Amino acid sequence: MALVEKNVSLGTDIGLSEANASDYIALLKPRVMSLVVFTGLVGLLAAPGEVNPVLAAIGILCIAVGAGASGALNMWYDADIDAVMKRTARRPIPSGRVSREQALTFGLLLSAFSVVTLGLFVNLLSAFLLAFTIFFYAVIYTMWLKRSTPQNIVIGGAAGSFPPMIGWAVVTNSISMESLVLFMIIFLWTPPHFWALSLFMSDDYEKAKIPMMPNVMGAASTKFQIFLYTLLVAPVAVLPWIMGFAGPVYGVFSMAMGLAFLGYARVVWRAPVGKEMIKPAKKMFAFSIIYLFGLYAVLLGEILVRKALLLAGA
Amino acid sequence: MSNDRVTLTDKQKKAQRSRSIALALALAAFVIIVYVGTWAKLGANVLIRPM
Repeated sequence: MALVEKNVSLGTDIGLSEANASDYIALLKPRVMSLVVFTGLVGLLAAPGEVNPVLAAIGILCIAVGAGASGALNMWYDADIDAVMKRTARRPIPSGRVSREQALTFGLLLSAFSVVTLGLFVNLLSAFLLAFTIFFYAVIYTMWLKRSTPQNIVIGGAAGSFPPMIGWAVVTNSISMESLVLFMIIFLWTPPHFWALSLFMSDDYEKAKIPMMPNVMGAASTKFQIFLYTLLVAPVAVLPWIMGFAGPVYGVFSMAMGLAFLGYARVVWRAPVGKEMIKPAKKMFAFSIIYLFGLYAVLLGEILVRKALLLAGA
Repeated sequence: MSNDRVTLTDKQKKAQRSRSIALALALAAFVIIVYVGTWAKLGANVLIRPM
């Protein structure tokens, strides 16, 4: 009996882990990572100029790993609130499979590797932007804004908006108006996307004491602000066509999707506060994902067709 | 002293093996990235170095 007890305590002391590789992959937030890779790739392909395909692939990989690293750092810091919220309670740290220290080490190591690799093989500007993105998400958003202001996701949304700008910098080693527009589309899309979610998840956020907009300013104010931000993002999303780095298909698509997005936002805005707003909020949340993905997918499609035509003509 | 030995449970052994394989794959991938990336970045210049 004494031996068993000793073994159990030793097991805890020396940190014998039951975490599989899949738990470490979960720390990287693979779904967020896939969106980051996608938008980063569009930024990279939309940029004028040439880049060695191997270096471009390394660039995208570094962006993906850097995004994953910031996800791990987020889970390290937010383990306490993740344990309280239904949506996040099964993550590797609150479920006890990975310790906070392991997640912190993992996140810091991957951050360092991704930034240094990007700097050495691609260019210093993209490495700086990646480092800033990780810092912004882990420190500015996670450690500071998230628990202190209902504007958390408005400002924090910048972190998720950087990937196309990094992709653009991989090719051009610069920041331009075009890459700023790609940044702004995601930046202005983030508040209506997350606030639509928070309208029907406000109890969870309340339980975790996160000051989301509906919990602090009320649902009526949140619904109105959702509409305002949608009113901003819809015309900004058309800019790539107006500025000439997207074609007419994107132009028509972005206008039609913008009008539809505004339609959803208006229904949410006009819905009475309470149970009746839940359904339109859920619909708007689902459409917001299709909206952003659709914009970038059509932009990507146009770029690929243009490149294919160029190759065929050459 | 012999009582200090730690016996891993089957679950811990399986988890350790899974982590070891993942780490080996990640290291191998990093080596390949550095190798291929160096060639892509420097091209033939990789052979030019002061002796």
